Amino acid sequence: MNEFSDRLLTEVQRKTRIFKFRPLTIVLVPLAAILFQVYVPHFFPYLRYLELPLLVTVYFGLMRRQPIAGLLFGAGIGLAQDSLSAANQPLGMFGIVKTLVGYFAASISMRFDVDNPLIQFVLGFFFFFFHQFFYWVLSRALLGQQIDFDPQQTFVLGLLNAAVAVPLFMLLDKMKE
Amino acid sequence: MELLLNRYRNLTVLLVVIGAQLLLLAYQVKSNQDVRLVRVWAVTAVTPLARILEVVRRNTIGVAEDYFDLVNVRDENNQVKKELGRLKMENQFLKTELQTADRAQALQVFQSRTPSRTIAARIIGNGTGTNSKDVLIDRGSGSGVRRGMAVVTPDGIVGKVLASYPTASQVLLITDPSFAAGVISEKNHIHGTLKGTGQSKCKIDYVQNEERVDVGEAFYTSGEDRVFPKGLPVGTATVVRPGQTFKEIYVVPSGSQNGLEEVLVVLEGVHQDIPDAPAAASNDIYIMPPPKAKDGTAAAPDLPGSNLSTDADRLRERYKRIGEAQGHAFGEGRPGNFNLNPDEAKPPAAVPGQPSRSQPSGGQPSGGHQGAVSPLSPSTPAAGARPSITPKPGTAIVVPSDKPASPKITPKPVKPVTAPESTASPSNP
Repeated sequence: MNEFSDRLLTEVQRKTRIFKFRPLTIVLVPLAAILFQVYVPHFFPYLRYLELPLLVTVYFGLMRRQPIAGLLFGAGIGLAQDSLSAANQPLGMFGIVKTLVGYFAASISMRFDVDNPLIQFVLGFFFFFFHQFFYWVLSRALLGQQIDFDPQQTFVLGLLNAAVAVPLFMLLDKMKE
Repeated sequence: MELLLNRYRNLTVLLVVIGAQLLLLAYQVKSNQDVRLVRVWAVTAVTPLARILEVVRRNTIGVAEDYFDLVNVRDENNQVKKELGRLKMENQFLKTELQTADRAQALQVFQSRTPSRTIAARIIGNGTGTNSKDVLIDRGSGSGVRRGMAVVTPDGIVGKVLASYPTASQVLLITDPSFAAGVISEKNHIHGTLKGTGQSKCKIDYVQNEERVDVGEAFYTSGEDRVFPKGLPVGTATVVRPGQTFKEIYVVPSGSQNGLEEVLVVLEGVHQDIPDAPAAASNDIYIMPPPKAKDGTAAAPDLPGSNLSTDADRLRERYKRIGEAQGHAFGEGRPGNFNLNPDEAKPPAAVPGQPSRSQPSGGQPSGGHQGAVSPLSPSTPAAGARPSITPKPGTAIVVPSDKPASPKITPKPVKPVTAPESTASPSNP
């Protein structure tokens, strides 16, 4: 057994490692993340690039280890984010993207030990990049919007979000039952 | 199905949730043309399918329909080809009829204008000889056609009747080697004999090398052969070169250039004028002034009415005056003194009751000024006077003038070859 194979979870381990949260936590944490996304950048513009709803979605998806739960969680957070976004922004864009993020996060958590901070950092960076890129694709494909996608900027912001994701996940771990 | 959904439950739920959000998105969003996105998606999703179905239908059902249509088209094409062939033949027939009508009209116009009495005939056959150039026409002795009659077209002569049968006649064409006719040139009225060569061209023989005939000059019948009336076109000279004895002149017959189908048989010919040559080709001949007298005195002025234009005239007048001065009558007795100056000698006294034999008639002066022609003036001499000498070679100058050189030839009726024909109207060719 090497280090990589040690990170692969068996079926028994996967079922035994499912974490549960209180319903209030499941409601309030995403709501707080969305409110932070909406109001905090108004006072601190440099925090505008911090995608807390995405990180929360990833966290709950990783911890639940159930794709359906993860995608429903991501869909809920995404639609809520859409509802609080600009009035000209149609509902469903963030919902679709975060649905996929929640689904893939839950699927990955079934295979890997996502409690490792390094893996969490990598997953945070990966899902941020995937979120931004897939949102750009959907905007061009479905809405026909000509928005720019800067890979370098996305890469840097992905690192920043991944750096934020690790302590955030450690903080949220405290809320487990 | 239930097993399938249970096995792929996660993926199924994912697709359902994604699909639901897409529908939600599509319901909200409107395109630039204010059309909801769901409608745009629906149309975009359906139209390619419809296009594919249409392509499939066109390539399957359409091909089948085209096949059945083509089966009918093939038959229709055959019918159209037959119809086209029939119309082409009909078109060709109508063109031929039109050309025939044009020729008939030309014949009729020519018939109405020519003073000769003619009858129209159609060529119905050719001769059987190898080198013979003869044709058969549908007019014979029953129509008044006799042997030796001229056969012409509005463009020129064609031949002459070689034999006349009751319903047809044999015509010897002018290209036959045995054919001959008298012709005359248009400009200088050079006479010659037209002969066939067996080829498309004819030869004009018996024209002296000294005679002047130009290439392109037209020839007309001269009427001397008593077959063709004078003035009918014969052809245009294409080759003119001097020969051993006579000129070699070849002409292209003008009567048979457009093909021979309808001709006119001249029942009673009437001579016509030779058309005038082009004005640019006409030349006037003027006489050089007479040389000065030997004694150094100027020549007698050629006044209008003077007939003393040459030395011979003046010498004759001098001797006449010498004779009058000596009372001598030429031709009688001994000759007088011809060295006597007539201006100094006085005539002897006239015998009463005997008129002088040397008295000029008409009371005209005896000087040599009467009837003289102006040496350089091209003006016409006095009425009734004419130049008494002919110009010597080398002393005549040629000056172009608009005056035609050829004299007018008035039509002269010739003796009809046959009895007068009452039915001069042309047959319907």
